[in-house]
Amino acid sequence: MSPGSADIGEEVVLEPQGLQQLLEILQRQGYQLVGPTLRQGSLVYGPLSAATDLPRGWGDAQEAGAFRLRKLREPMFFGYGVGQQSWKQFLYPHRRRLWQARLEGNDFQVLPPDADPVKFAFIGVHACDLEAILVQDKVFLEGPFIDPHYRARREQAFILAVNCGHPCHTGFCASMGSGPRATRGFDLVLTEILQGPRHYLLAAPGTERGRQLIHQVPHQKAQPGEREAADQLLDQTTRQLGRSLDTRDLKALLYRNYENPGWDQVAARCLSCGNCTLVCPTCFCHTIEDTTDLTGTQAERWRRWDVCYTVDFSYLHGGSIRATPRSRYRQWLTHKLATWIDQFGVLGCVGCGRCITWCPVAIDITAEVRALRESELTAAAAAKE
Amino acid sequence: MPDSLAEPMLPVPYRVLKVGRETADTFTLALAAAAGDQGFSFAPGQFNMLYVFGVGEVPISISGDPDRPETLVHTVRAVGAVSRAICGLQKGDTLGVRGPYGVPWPVEAAPGYDVLVIAGGLGLAPLRPAVYHLLARRPQYGNLELIYGARTPEDMVYRQELERWRGRFDFRVHVTVDSARGDWRGNVGVVPNFIARARFDPEQTMVLICGPGVMMRFTVQELLHRGLKRENIYLSMERNMKCGLGLCGHCQLGPFFVCKDGPVFRYDLLQDWFLAREV
Repeated sequence: MSPGSADIGEEVVLEPQGLQQLLEILQRQGYQLVGPTLRQGSLVYGPLSAATDLPRGWGDAQEAGAFRLRKLREPMFFGYGVGQQSWKQFLYPHRRRLWQARLEGNDFQVLPPDADPVKFAFIGVHACDLEAILVQDKVFLEGPFIDPHYRARREQAFILAVNCGHPCHTGFCASMGSGPRATRGFDLVLTEILQGPRHYLLAAPGTERGRQLIHQVPHQKAQPGEREAADQLLDQTTRQLGRSLDTRDLKALLYRNYENPGWDQVAARCLSCGNCTLVCPTCFCHTIEDTTDLTGTQAERWRRWDVCYTVDFSYLHGGSIRATPRSRYRQWLTHKLATWIDQFGVLGCVGCGRCITWCPVAIDITAEVRALRESELTAAAAAKE
Repeated sequence: MPDSLAEPMLPVPYRVLKVGRETADTFTLALAAAAGDQGFSFAPGQFNMLYVFGVGEVPISISGDPDRPETLVHTVRAVGAVSRAICGLQKGDTLGVRGPYGVPWPVEAAPGYDVLVIAGGLGLAPLRPAVYHLLARRPQYGNLELIYGARTPEDMVYRQELERWRGRFDFRVHVTVDSARGDWRGNVGVVPNFIARARFDPEQTMVLICGPGVMMRFTVQELLHRGLKRENIYLSMERNMKCGLGLCGHCQLGPFFVCKDGPVFRYDLLQDWFLAREV
């Protein structure tokens, strides 16, 4: 054991019990641990008190419109893909009070928002979700206006990422360049490896904070064979991903096909339920609710996640701009894959596959893009004849 | 601009100084900061978020004189819960203000140009600050014309001001209504039909338009037909808005956030999205 030898980016090996030690140190540093837990047959990110709270030995089987937990034969800490809700719910909670106000006579006084001191340590962030956090950073932190609530939580959060040894069936991170390997945005990244009886965690710090943490846990310098095992695992994950999305020329494809009749077909299946927006780790739209108490003298303003699939979302006096499900699905998909690039310089999709898994009618974003491409080919072929 | 690092959703209390009735459902409010501070300067075409205690908040264009920012002026039509509550406010009442937000009319770039201001209905409200700005610097511009259309004579806003403007020798004002009773002696007809009466050099004309979607669509068509350059046509767009900060996502119009990329858009940049439906 040689404490103090890890540099940023340099890989070391931890024994499985090292994970609990990492978590204990983070707790001592005042972090509230959040990570994957099992709840009601699903994988949910919630408070962790110890490594034993992780769903060790559990995996998942995700398909379009379906999520099942399954028992693994191996005692893996991180043998599953992404949970239903992303880390978005912690950095950008689905409801937040923005301020309170008090009426006195004809005047009112607005009281500034509550301080929000939560210091999270996210345990087990997959590469796709890491990229999603970086996408939301662009939305909330790059102005012209900055969301102070997001910033307060984001600046403090410690991110312990895991490289995916688990090929998601609905995921397509490799297509989006967002996984399965975490390449940036983490304080510390782990790759969990199980080879026969040998179970270990390959750890690489990404920040000084991560380096300091690894310092305090017994570790060994990674051997070439151990690094190679991790590379092989990630290659295998990439090969076994269940979905892919061809991103060539994607923005232009969506813009060219704004009036494609194919939107009617997906609109006929879409329930406009908005599940895809709620599970999406990058969707940021919200609404504002102004309320009063029964006396009419205390008012509050709340921010709540909103869903672009509702008729109300685009309501203007006289009616809604996007009155049809067709226009609302088109808005969501075009935003994710095209207008987002104009707005923030990146795609709004990281390929986590949640919108596919949690769609009640199994609409698949990758299939919809493929359908647009195919309709163009069909139209081109017809034009030739 | 408010401090972008502070909580950007906090409204500042303003006191209602005066309420004037424009039409049966449209009122103009003059406001001053309740704490007695200076208020803020704004550019023509920008908007504020107006908050009525406990009721809610809506985006409303600023329609006062940008050279006199100490009094904030807003014209509001009662169409929803919040706008009805605003229209019900009395002198001495308080409402919350956040702003100003948005991209203004390109009046700073207009010297040397003929300027054509085209408004439909309440669309004159966000254009009035531009008219004030242009008239205050009248010698800098070529021909200055306003085409204003309302549904009926009773739906016209700023009527006395329109009459005053029409009395000037350096500002041509065309007012029309879609329909009227027999006692109306003015023009009847839709706005695009009056573009032919305006005098301008298509090569050197800036056009500022705000009004209902269908009016803007046909107005632009007519202007292009008359040889106006797309890049010299500016439109003010309207969308559902919750934050005004570019964060809530409601006001998206294709790749644009109307609150921060607009509400004023150059037509050549907007046209593909403007012409599509249900964007």
